[in-house]
Amino acid sequence: MATSTPFPYLTVLVLVPAIGAVLVAVIPRHAVAAWFHEALGVAVTVVTLCVAAVVAFKFKAGYGGFQLVSDHMWAKDLGIHWSLGIDGISLFLVLLTAVLFPLTILGARARRDPRSFVGWLLLLEAACMGSFVSLDLVLFFLFFELTLVPAYFLIGGWGYARRGYAAIKFFVYTFAGSAFLLVGILAVAFIHQSQTGVLTFELPALMHTHFSGSEGVLLFLAFTAAFAVKAPIFPFHTWSPDAYAEAPTAGSVLMVAVMAKLGTYGIIRFDLNLFPQASRTLAPLLLTLAVIGIVYGALVACAQRDLKRLLAYSSLAQIGFIALGTFALNSQGLSGGVLQMVNHGLVIATLFILVGWIYERRATWQVSSLKGLQAPAPVLAGIFTVAMMASIGVPGLNGFVGEFLILIGTFVAHRWWAVVATGGVIVAAVYLLWGYQQVFHGEPTAEDAKTRDLSWNERLIVAPLIILIVLLGVFPKPLLDRITPSVNQLVVHVDQVTNTRIPAGLEPRPVAAATPRHAPSLAIATPRPPADPGSGTAAPTGRTP
Amino acid sequence: MLHVTYLIILLPLVGFTVQLLGGRRLGDPVAGWVATSFIAASFLVSIGVYLDLLMVQAPVRTYSQNLWTWIPVDRLQVHASLFVDPLSMTMVLFVTGVSMLIHLYSVGYMKGDRDFSKFFLYMNLFVASMLILVLGSNMVVTYLGWEGVGACSYWLVSFWFTRESAASAGKKAFVYNRIGDAGFLLAIFLTYDKVHSLEYSTVFANIDKIGSADVTAICLLLLVGVVGKSAQIPLFPWLADAMEGPTPVSALIHAATMVTAGVYLLCRVNPLLHASPDAALVVAIIGAATAFVAATIACAQNDIKKVLAYSTVSQLGYMFLAIGCGAYEAAIFLMVAHAFFKGLLFLGSGSVIHGLHDEQDLKRMGNLRAYMPITFITFAVGWLAIAAVPPLSGFWAKGDVLENTWAAHPALWAVGVVTAGLTAYYMSRLTGLAFFGKDRWSAEVAIDAGDDLPGAHHSEGAIPEPHESVWIMTVPLWILAFFAAVAGVMAISSSRFSLASWIDPVFGANLYNDHLSSASVWALATIDGVVAVVFVAIGLRLWMTRAQRPALEAAFLRGAWYINELYDAVFGRPSERLAAFCADVVDPKVIDGAVNGVASAVRGSGALVRRTQTGYVRNYVLGIVVGTVFVLGFMLTRLWWS
Repeated sequence: MATSTPFPYLTVLVLVPAIGAVLVAVIPRHAVAAWFHEALGVAVTVVTLCVAAVVAFKFKAGYGGFQLVSDHMWAKDLGIHWSLGIDGISLFLVLLTAVLFPLTILGARARRDPRSFVGWLLLLEAACMGSFVSLDLVLFFLFFELTLVPAYFLIGGWGYARRGYAAIKFFVYTFAGSAFLLVGILAVAFIHQSQTGVLTFELPALMHTHFSGSEGVLLFLAFTAAFAVKAPIFPFHTWSPDAYAEAPTAGSVLMVAVMAKLGTYGIIRFDLNLFPQASRTLAPLLLTLAVIGIVYGALVACAQRDLKRLLAYSSLAQIGFIALGTFALNSQGLSGGVLQMVNHGLVIATLFILVGWIYERRATWQVSSLKGLQAPAPVLAGIFTVAMMASIGVPGLNGFVGEFLILIGTFVAHRWWAVVATGGVIVAAVYLLWGYQQVFHGEPTAEDAKTRDLSWNERLIVAPLIILIVLLGVFPKPLLDRITPSVNQLVVHVDQVTNTRIPAGLEPRPVAAATPRHAPSLAIATPRPPADPGSGTAAPTGRTP
Repeated sequence: MLHVTYLIILLPLVGFTVQLLGGRRLGDPVAGWVATSFIAASFLVSIGVYLDLLMVQAPVRTYSQNLWTWIPVDRLQVHASLFVDPLSMTMVLFVTGVSMLIHLYSVGYMKGDRDFSKFFLYMNLFVASMLILVLGSNMVVTYLGWEGVGACSYWLVSFWFTRESAASAGKKAFVYNRIGDAGFLLAIFLTYDKVHSLEYSTVFANIDKIGSADVTAICLLLLVGVVGKSAQIPLFPWLADAMEGPTPVSALIHAATMVTAGVYLLCRVNPLLHASPDAALVVAIIGAATAFVAATIACAQNDIKKVLAYSTVSQLGYMFLAIGCGAYEAAIFLMVAHAFFKGLLFLGSGSVIHGLHDEQDLKRMGNLRAYMPITFITFAVGWLAIAAVPPLSGFWAKGDVLENTWAAHPALWAVGVVTAGLTAYYMSRLTGLAFFGKDRWSAEVAIDAGDDLPGAHHSEGAIPEPHESVWIMTVPLWILAFFAAVAGVMAISSSRFSLASWIDPVFGANLYNDHLSSASVWALATIDGVVAVVFVAIGLRLWMTRAQRPALEAAFLRGAWYINELYDAVFGRPSERLAAFCADVVDPKVIDGAVNGVASAVRGSGALVRRTQTGYVRNYVLGIVVGTVFVLGFMLTRLWWS
């Protein structure tokens, strides 16, 4: 099977940071200058960013299917492919990952052993990139699991006081979820094989598998268990405040901003595509968990006295919004959910980086030990304010656009869930403004008054994030133009399988029929009827191994 | 010049950017002048657009400008687009005009402040947000401005952030507004659900598709937003606290412009309100109740700015009373007149506070007319105007409101007239205490300190002799005093420049027609005038001579009907306890407890089966793998059987 693009951009995207990690590992510390490994890390992530930028440039807007597809047989007997592709749902997560890694390496440096630190970060980037662009379920699973290893070592090796507990809890909890995912993946493939006689793990083929009601529900739950833990979605979140709080700044930033999105991305990509019927049947359950997460996360955040834990719970609420939009199962809700993944990533990364810098200066995250920082550090306070307002959802900044789409989409589909979630928007203002007031307002003590403002280096590190926060708030169209066609295709898929009659005037507009430059072989624009399970002959799934 | 309408918003935004990038370098006072000139430029463009709009020959003069597509997802297409009609143009003119004067005043008022340029940074952003609010052609753009002014209000109220009271007041203002904004958002969602569009024109054209219950629901949800922004019952307590901000902020945001956004929004959606008499009645009742309650509170406050704050709440109540009666033009008239005289009164109080070295306690003022003649004369114009003494602007504007109320809801008219008497009384009390009587500022100790609302400011010891403010502060006073005095000409209905002939086409048939005979109009006007004059006389007579009349300052009124305490007991403390309960019990004990319970159960059973219990991750992993294989086997057998 030939690849459908002349140059395998996505493979390069995954391999560059992986090779970087290997380079960091093999170049011994004493052979080079002390700064070498960090500089190498920055260089590798910047190259990755450039590749991601090329991918974005090559990406054709207005087209819903997978683009830039690479497909190679990997393990023939097992039907596993090295199959990569990108669509509007994953494109901006890839870009988010590419933007955040260099900034994190620069902005949240290790206190010791930078070589291993950078090595783990590069491996993490490769794993995240791989997860976002994998179209083969086994490949996805491998990357998805691979993210655990660097994250575990980052928390355990560079974390704070209770890092050991936090790291093990994180690892065991996430791994337990993954076990269900693995079982689910295998079951899906075998059921598909029993229907078509073809063993494959490729999503575009598997998404037309027919599942009976209880099969679908069980498998949906197995997949969702893994993703709900990773995201995390209430009530699977209790590992996250410990992990985010004990991790080094870089770990917190990347776990919240990027790795958490693997969970919500997984739900959209795999749950909705593979189990449309179960997704619709169980939507009320997930919507309820999302809304509880929004309100509960906000409430618990109100009672936190530690900035990192406050942000961790605020994240629980934000992830709740993403899940809410996802299970609205309509164009606005899902587009909002996808956009909000990017928005939340940018905003929470900014906040965690800033909180890390506060720690560098004051060695504390306790709000009670900080006061009046706005006086000695106005720039730090100003940037914090912008990110805070974006998180609260003030329009003009990026957080609003996603939240608005999520809520409007949910309101149309499931009114009362949206009403409760809108109430959660109020509480978000309470805890963030409270935290801000405690830390930045008031008369600074003598020690507070000595707090250093941001250096020019630090300003340059957060500048891209702030610019993106404002830009995506004012002009999100370039993103939405790419996200919506893919989302619409997914909505059509779900609706066709579940035979939902869409109210007049709300049906998604047809996806542009124009074929992109690189006609993707895995285009899923035209759904095929479920294969007859009894026939045993290969249904036209688009490929034969 | 209609095609450059966007410049009206862009200029203050450029001003904001200039302050952001170079404000600190420009410094005091250049940064202030730069900021003022951007607003002045915006005002000039507004005049140009206004003149062009006058040239439009149509029953309803309108102009729309689509700038870019903001949020396009499938059928939901939200454009960043502007809409100019006589209603929004009226708002633009007075917002830019008053803002320009208050910016000018601030150059003097904020002189020497540590964050001088930052003040103008926020002020320019505020003006831009306010203009977005009024010029938006759909509900989402309005919401953008709506939240923008809320955020700026937060920054400006807590501008002197080292004071805990200012920081808390800013947060309180924002949170109260957020409660309202949630209502606004839900109104947007419901509207979209019904008509699949958020453009005002499309929504209004499809009202009959919405269904009357949903129209009422949309109106009431918008009203939730409006009572938050415009500080009406039940969401009014934040406005008094917001007086922690610098006085020009109080004048611009918390009197002239931002708090009137609610009035504007309800006028904007007049076709919806017209289609729902129930919602309109609720608006009228809330307005009348707020006008009365706030006026009673204003009678017993000692902080000069708090009197004015409650007075603002009360006057806004009148505007909602008018809207509830369908008298949109009267509401707009009072809003514009109020912007002049309340802006004037706040700036005058700022001049007093400045002259008295930051003293705000009325009981420590007295006889200031001898020391601050310009402030006194201009303040007196504002005082008599808000008291509705003929022939000043307040008389005409309030008369217009009351006339319509009499025809629509006579009972609410009675509330309105009583409130008018209270208004004349408390403003005369304020003026009597501040400008007449004996010099009390020279006394050694605060006479009546410690018994006021939280956040009131008292200085210790004698205050140096007061002084008149600099010209840069008095010039805006003169200009505003002029308009506060003569704005009544807008009411002369035969004039080509009358407000009615200009703005009425916007409302068309939705405008209430009171059908009063000219005899009734004269009778009502006479009642208004007599009430105003009598209560001015009473108030002045009582408070010119003595500063202590405890019988007239009931603790209940001083404590603002104890609304803050009530909310704290009913909402504040229980939700705090709930949050603490979730954080201390539910999360660690229940949810995490279940997780840890599972973990220890696994560990326990593992210990029974195998003795190699080491606690290492690899052992857990092994357990997971075993479990996985088990589950997998179950699934596979199940498959083969089926």
